[in-house]
Amino acid sequence: MTIATSLEDACCALASHPDALVLAGGTDLMVAVNRGDLPVHHVVAIGRVPELRGWRREGDHVRLGAALTYTDLLKPDLAVLQPALAQAARSVGSPQIRNTGTLGGNVATGSPAGDTIPVLAALDAVLELRSASGTREMRLDEFVTGVKRTALEGGELIEAIRVPVLDGPQEFCKVGTRNAMVISVVSLALVVDRSGRTVRVGLGSVAASPLRATEAEAYIGGHLDWDGGRPPSAEVVDRFTELVVGATSPIDDHRGSARYRRHAVGVLAGRALARAVGAA
Amino acid sequence: MSIDPYALTVNGREHEISEGWPGESLLWVLRERLGLPGSKNACEEGECGSCSVRLDGEIVCSCLVLAASAVGQEITTVEGIAPDGTLSDVQQAFVDAGAVQCGFCTPGLVMAIDVLLDSDTDPDDLTVREAISGNLCRCTGYGRVIEAVNLAAASRRGETDL
Repeated sequence: MTIATSLEDACCALASHPDALVLAGGTDLMVAVNRGDLPVHHVVAIGRVPELRGWRREGDHVRLGAALTYTDLLKPDLAVLQPALAQAARSVGSPQIRNTGTLGGNVATGSPAGDTIPVLAALDAVLELRSASGTREMRLDEFVTGVKRTALEGGELIEAIRVPVLDGPQEFCKVGTRNAMVISVVSLALVVDRSGRTVRVGLGSVAASPLRATEAEAYIGGHLDWDGGRPPSAEVVDRFTELVVGATSPIDDHRGSARYRRHAVGVLAGRALARAVGAA
Repeated sequence: MSIDPYALTVNGREHEISEGWPGESLLWVLRERLGLPGSKNACEEGECGSCSVRLDGEIVCSCLVLAASAVGQEITTVEGIAPDGTLSDVQQAFVDAGAVQCGFCTPGLVMAIDVLLDSDTDPDDLTVREAISGNLCRCTGYGRVIEAVNLAAASRRGETDL
């Protein structure tokens, strides 16, 4: 057991125990440990590493430490810069879970239902990975390679996640059986970049790995009244939601059927768009 | 295989934990090693909130905290919120409102409400519901629990005595 107190400390411990479990908030890891699904030998706890617990603005980006908790993401000074991330964080679990679960943990778990994943996908987040031998950067879609599979190597951890600060409304929507303590059946993040004149849409729980609705993005970007601010027509919204649905490849599972997910993601797409740019 | 002894600070007292198993949760250590059964063990996956404790002041599920990682942190369990033989304001409010039925969820709810009222002594209904959204109660339907929150809140505002 190593309780790392610095980033160097954490990397050294991981270098000597490359098969160690990296423990951040524990909200996924401890569930598996409690079930007896995960043998525990060496653990490197990184939740108290100061370098991983902070965030800072770097020009037109925000650099988020991987061990920021969901509660940290909800604090007003950060939430105002990253509103969709804050909305997603608020939809996670309960106060108990939000106080411990971390942004980096959500990414490293690599679940298609991870609540921050669609937001990070929409923002083209870049991950900074670190080990004793150095650092490397990776896009989110390169990092998550499948259901709960990532490109993280032994001895390596996520140090930080960089996201742009965009000028425009952002929305996060999620479907589940209740507001709290729910694993998403479908989730969607929609962010508007007024200066780039783009709309970006990230989707959750409808594919094995992080997904963008690129055709829908291109279509709506070309059909918004960027200068006049008039809301899109019903026909445009319909075509947009159709293209979002077309981007997905959901499966049937115990939380919902593929058919339901396709329907729900279309509803979320229309709702998020209406909230962001208004409805005709 | 046991791990090296370590110390946990629970309710202001330091406890030495020896011969621990490396994957032991804080909940297990509290209940089985330290004889503090107030925190309840039900789902072991953070779903029910019956194991809620304060870790450096914040409410967490003790079943999801690896015990050995909590060294140097201040742990407060339901046993530590009022002197022995007395009730805290939130506990008294639960009695007065009749918010306890089977009682299994009560310690976790009391902890979550204690945390809420520490930062907000006049929470609206939605704030209360969000604050206790991680604590499942299968008996009360939450009506009297929310009544208890309102009683305790009024008392902390100095408007009534419990």
